Amino acid sequence: MTDLSRRTLLQAMGAGALASALASLPTFAQDRTAIRIGYAVSKTGANAGGAGISTIPNYLLWVDDVNKAGGLELSKLGVTLPLEVTEYDDRSSAEETVRAIERLATQDNVDFILPSWGTGSNLAAGPTFDRFQFPQLAGTAVTDMAPQLVQRWKNSFWFLGGGHDYANALVDLLVKQRDAGAINNKVAIASVADGFGIDLSKAATPAFQAAGFELVYDKTYPLGTSDFAPIINEVSGLGVDTFVAFSYPPDTFALTQQSVVANFSPKIFYLGVGTAFPIYPNVAGPNHNGVMGVGGIDPDSEAIAAYFERHTALVGQAPDSWASAVTYASLEILGQAITRVGDLDKAAVAAEIASGEFDTILGKVKLVDNQLRALWTVGQWQDGKFVGLAHTEGKAAREPVVPKPAWVPAS
Amino acid sequence: MKLLTPLVALAALAAVPFFVGAYPLGLGIGILGYATLATAWALFSGPTRYISLATVAFFGIGAYTVAVLADLMPYPLVLLCAALIGLVVAVLVGLATLRLAGIYFVIFTFGLAELVRQLVTYYEVNVTRTLGRYVFLPIGPEHIYWQLLGLLAVTLALAFWISRAKIGLALRVIGDDPVVASHLGIGITRTKLALFSLSAVVMTLAGAIQAPRWTYIEPSIVFNPTVSFLTVIMALLGGPNRLFGPLLGAVPLFLLFEWLSANFPNHYSIILGLLFIAIVFLLPNGVLAAADKFAARFKNKEASA
Repeated sequence: MTDLSRRTLLQAMGAGALASALASLPTFAQDRTAIRIGYAVSKTGANAGGAGISTIPNYLLWVDDVNKAGGLELSKLGVTLPLEVTEYDDRSSAEETVRAIERLATQDNVDFILPSWGTGSNLAAGPTFDRFQFPQLAGTAVTDMAPQLVQRWKNSFWFLGGGHDYANALVDLLVKQRDAGAINNKVAIASVADGFGIDLSKAATPAFQAAGFELVYDKTYPLGTSDFAPIINEVSGLGVDTFVAFSYPPDTFALTQQSVVANFSPKIFYLGVGTAFPIYPNVAGPNHNGVMGVGGIDPDSEAIAAYFERHTALVGQAPDSWASAVTYASLEILGQAITRVGDLDKAAVAAEIASGEFDTILGKVKLVDNQLRALWTVGQWQDGKFVGLAHTEGKAAREPVVPKPAWVPAS
Repeated sequence: MKLLTPLVALAALAAVPFFVGAYPLGLGIGILGYATLATAWALFSGPTRYISLATVAFFGIGAYTVAVLADLMPYPLVLLCAALIGLVVAVLVGLATLRLAGIYFVIFTFGLAELVRQLVTYYEVNVTRTLGRYVFLPIGPEHIYWQLLGLLAVTLALAFWISRAKIGLALRVIGDDPVVASHLGIGITRTKLALFSLSAVVMTLAGAIQAPRWTYIEPSIVFNPTVSFLTVIMALLGGPNRLFGPLLGAVPLFLLFEWLSANFPNHYSIILGLLFIAIVFLLPNGVLAAADKFAARFKNKEASA
């Protein structure tokens, strides 16, 4: 089969799917009692940890918030309808994610589909969201490819930036500290040999070098490493004021504990995913103060404070201070877009998401080229909050505390 | 005349994408994928009784080959390269390990999948510095379905031919008693190697064909050990020594998994574990053998009555 006929066939199938979707819409609208929201998230498997912190609680909270407020008003249909959820477990498998979305779209006939957790699963789901013309609100995918992906999948929206955003913001912040004489010129980087660690270190290494820093240590460690004593022991003898780890949650916790044990207390201690988790202060004890990491929130925002309270009341724990608020904001945007459009026309809702300005817990938000470009990039634990030190657009919420307080020895 | 039935069945299955929606087509891809893997697995492991957990190693190699080469050459050539790479790896691995027997072989093959995954990760991390790769090919679900169907048909034809050919007989002798086999002058290692490689090439192609469905390939996605375990359990359920055994294991089990995950998303893993135990205890030789036994008992009763 040639490319041409293949494409024609695909177009024909797409048109057919669209036609049948349009044909079925009015009959549903008459006697519908709810807006059907579907999602397949990783309740088990490798992604369950991340999904359980950043994704699932926010889906639950949003549905709860909307339904407590009476639902979403659909002015063109003349009704206000509550949300009704169909959920599946994708078991952290890309194949399962794809099939679950096909099931949600064609068997359960849901009105909107929320994506799974993580960069890989959002990318794997991209073609399927696109095929069924569902808007895809990727709240937990970090990819520098977002501008190209938007070209490919017109209804995809990317909320968490790319590796360069975080790496460059960190380097900018450190340049200021170095030029102010607060830290020396030596930097050590340890990265997990997996998606996040590689993406970030690939962006950070040249940025540090371009800024004139001396990278005295820049290595990766295998996914699943549990003993960090060798890394910390090696780095502690190198005279660095800045330690950067592009790490995953278990490593983030272990690196903290190992550094305390080895009394390696550099002026800047920056860790990756997990630093912004609500349990980090429990893991690190008094030593969480002054630790930097990826993400951040605005500690002075009343909307964020109220969101933290509602989240804690419903789920039993606070949200993380990076992707959680962003994920929740992406859902607020979806809800407001539906209300503005006034019915459940997916294409119109996607167009509204792309072009409208929305009131969210992050403040006023307008997507640029289908991406959220107003992001907290570097955060630091200060007075029990993971405050934003750097923002891609706005000002810092707080000044960084450098050097961070010395470790309190583990008892 | 004998050829007619399978050809009609094949044509009917090939027409499926024209009549069904996206979800049944997705199911079809899943079923064909696992049916192919299970049949390929049984090709080697059925007669020799070597339980291999290396399925996902080859599956992942196939998917990665597509991810790496998709932009560099036309698609059919990519598939050919994938098959060649799978063959080379299988021959190397086979030469080194097919002298192992029993539990050592099981452990080795499980380790192999992890080894390949770590090697790919090491290479990507230290040489290319990109862990995830993107596969953007103009290949829709229906093309994947047709390719998998073709692969399954070829695999079944090969399995049928092997069961009739000398090499199949040789394999069965090896499986029953390797000492007898060597006394009969059967080149044990050579025979095993040939079948192991053939089965590995099919697995590699199954991975390569399915790669465009995920867009994004990374080691944790394509080297997922669950694939190996599901393949084994499907082949065992159907009966690895029958031509259509693995197929008859793959179809109902896949549909059952799908039904479980749609209706019991929170208890899926528990039910799955219980099911595995039940299959191994109740149907150690597969449903087909159990059905034969049942039929035989029924006949005996009739005869004695």
